[in-house]
Amino acid sequence: MKALSQKRRHPLAAVALLVLGLMLTGGLYAVVTTVNQAKADSSTFTSEQVQQGEKLFVANCATCHGLGASGTGNGPSLAGVGAAAVSFQVGTGRMPLQMQGPQAREKPVQFNPDQTTELAAYVATLGDGPALPEAQYLDGKGDAAVGGELFRVNCAMCHNAAAAGGALTRGKFAPALAGVSNQHMYEAMVTGPQNMPVFNDANITPEGKRDIITFLNTIEKQGSPGGAALGSLGPVSEGLFLWTAVLGVIIGFTVWLTSRTS
Amino acid sequence: MSTTAQTPFEPKTSTGRITNFVDERVGGSGMLREFGRKVFPDHWSFMFGEVALYSFVILLLSGTFLTLFFDPSMAETHYNGSYVPLKGLEMSVAYDSTLNISFDVRGGLIMRQVHHWAALLFVAAVSVHMLRVFFTGAFRKPRELNWVVGGVLLILSMAEGFTGYSLPDDLLSGNGLRIIDGVIMAIPVVGTYISFFLFGGEFPGTAIISRLYMFHIMLIPAMILLMIAIHLFMVVVHKHTQYPGPGRNDRNVVGYPLGPVYAAKAGGFFFIVFGVIALVSAFFTINPIWNYGPYDPSPISAGTQPDWYIGWVDGALRLMPGWLFNIPLEWHIPFPWGVNTLTLNVLLPALVPAGIVFTLLFAYPWIERWVTRDDREHHVLDRPRNAPTRTAIGVAGFIFYCVMWAAASSDLIATHFEVSLNDVTYWLRALFFIGPILGFIISKRVSLALQRKDREIALHGRETGRIVRLPHGEYQEMHAQLDDYKRYKLVGYESPLAEEGIPNENGIVTKTEKRRAALSRFFFEDRVAPATQAELTAGHEHHEAIEAGEEAKPVSRY
Repeated sequence: MKALSQKRRHPLAAVALLVLGLMLTGGLYAVVTTVNQAKADSSTFTSEQVQQGEKLFVANCATCHGLGASGTGNGPSLAGVGAAAVSFQVGTGRMPLQMQGPQAREKPVQFNPDQTTELAAYVATLGDGPALPEAQYLDGKGDAAVGGELFRVNCAMCHNAAAAGGALTRGKFAPALAGVSNQHMYEAMVTGPQNMPVFNDANITPEGKRDIITFLNTIEKQGSPGGAALGSLGPVSEGLFLWTAVLGVIIGFTVWLTSRTS
Repeated sequence: MSTTAQTPFEPKTSTGRITNFVDERVGGSGMLREFGRKVFPDHWSFMFGEVALYSFVILLLSGTFLTLFFDPSMAETHYNGSYVPLKGLEMSVAYDSTLNISFDVRGGLIMRQVHHWAALLFVAAVSVHMLRVFFTGAFRKPRELNWVVGGVLLILSMAEGFTGYSLPDDLLSGNGLRIIDGVIMAIPVVGTYISFFLFGGEFPGTAIISRLYMFHIMLIPAMILLMIAIHLFMVVVHKHTQYPGPGRNDRNVVGYPLGPVYAAKAGGFFFIVFGVIALVSAFFTINPIWNYGPYDPSPISAGTQPDWYIGWVDGALRLMPGWLFNIPLEWHIPFPWGVNTLTLNVLLPALVPAGIVFTLLFAYPWIERWVTRDDREHHVLDRPRNAPTRTAIGVAGFIFYCVMWAAASSDLIATHFEVSLNDVTYWLRALFFIGPILGFIISKRVSLALQRKDREIALHGRETGRIVRLPHGEYQEMHAQLDDYKRYKLVGYESPLAEEGIPNENGIVTKTEKRRAALSRFFFEDRVAPATQAELTAGHEHHEAIEAGEEAKPVSRY
């Protein structure tokens, strides 16, 4: 200790301290950010699934994504997108893509669940990426109030506070969330499909995601306490309803009141 | 009256005695005689003022109920009511009490919805009423001042609506207030100070809800009531306007007296309006504040819009670009006391379109009076087609408004019609300038065409579709002549001629007078003259020989 205090005025002491500090913060950062690291949970897939998945991939996806999923001019490389991305994109029918456009549209699902899992298994072998979500986060039994707050802070600016969807630029849009399965919601959050940002586990913890899913389940199940929701689109649909239906009825009555019987 | 006063009236029943007791002290029968004989013409378009009045009464009633339970405090609390998705969240007392009204006060939610739907209907009825008054020329002498009172009522009702919209302190209302705050801060030099003054410090502060509450339940309703009183007083003084028709002129009013027919109809109509609002409130959600969550300056929801009557101002803000080609619209101007910001991209859209609309609205009766030099009283209305330029100006203004109105829902137009949000904005920006011009030209041409059609029908009658072959081989279609009453509607209007500038006493046509002459040409150069008596006689003689048999056939067009 004495030697250390004697050398504290050494010309290189500042440099040594700086190096020490950088090492410490860097090391801590590395430790902390491991929660962000995408881990391919390939252990849950069998090698047979991977093989089947590769066959399906070559037959259905390679046209755009390229052999070995290395990407072409028409589709990105899939190395590192993870099993969750495949499960979401293929499981909701967004992939295979109907047509190039501002964003992939939902359409009837093209592959059965087994085939989707096989495709996911194959893509997961291409590089580390978000794995399929664990069932404990998908039960919809979290805290709806906390989930609501997280939803309003992170999601409502695009998806609307009542999850009724909203517009983005140049023909892109955030879809309405009613009817989306809990697994797909979770996968969308971790993979950020289309124009959606990625909400990794450091942004929103898995428990937070569970709360968000719980909130969305709750508002979908409870219905609208005040009567028909008019699309939950806010004052525009209310104004439109007033100017067409309500004013129409009122005008009907004015015509009736001022008509003469003769 | 003087003779009956000499011999005291002895009522025979107890009801009669009570009525007489009251009447001798307040003179009710005199008032009843005066008002009971006020005549109201029959037309559905005359009823919108009544709709507005009744909506206002409903607003007072439902609003009183809400004040019993609403607490305009911005103190922080934790929600502990029965709406699960918000349980335990930190929020203001104002939002908490609004949630309690919605979920825990018996009948609270329907009263909130009645209040909000009635508010939307109130402003809509005021607006439609003003459109009717404008397009029929009911603002002309002697009603110019009442038109101004109506315009003030429109502004007051917008202010009343906006303050009410801001009270629940949910995410939607807070975002609306944030925009207002931004507009206020865009005012050069003093904007920031006004904002700090209004919000009692930095936005959102802890004062704004209680301040808006004071405006919403006291000051603005009192002003609206005062204006309604003035408005109705002037209606009584001026008497009602009427549409043109046989036997109607500027010295009479043709219709039913208030008592008993219109008293019953108007009384019944109040309950009809109340019933419609109650039904709509029972079955359709309005402003579901529980969806939006408590106000927090960081989040915002997609589809955040003001209520419809503020929409056009919001739309103007959405249409305004931040840069015009390579010129920024936000400038930082160094002054000796520091740098001041001039944010034209907020200031211009927030103030200029509303300024144009309301200036023209208030000034229009005087503009038209100056152009036409018409100082006569008008109690007979114009059919919109018979004042083509006024109608065209009205349509231009209406389209100007509607383009901005549509822009406020640009995001929903984009999602629901599956078009690009950017394209919606670009089109609406173009329409902002082109739309009113196109609207003016088209509606003026349509008016003139309708006038020509009227003239044609007045002169030659209605086409019957019956083709007759004459002895010498010619084919002709039979025309059925209108009866005199129906024909009067088509010919009984004024069509002023464009005026040249009139020299003053020194024989000089002043610049102002030249400008007036130019405007007069603009107004009246294109005109369709109503058919004159001579033309009618000539026209009918021509047809009489072949159409004698058609006279008796009823004409259903008018």
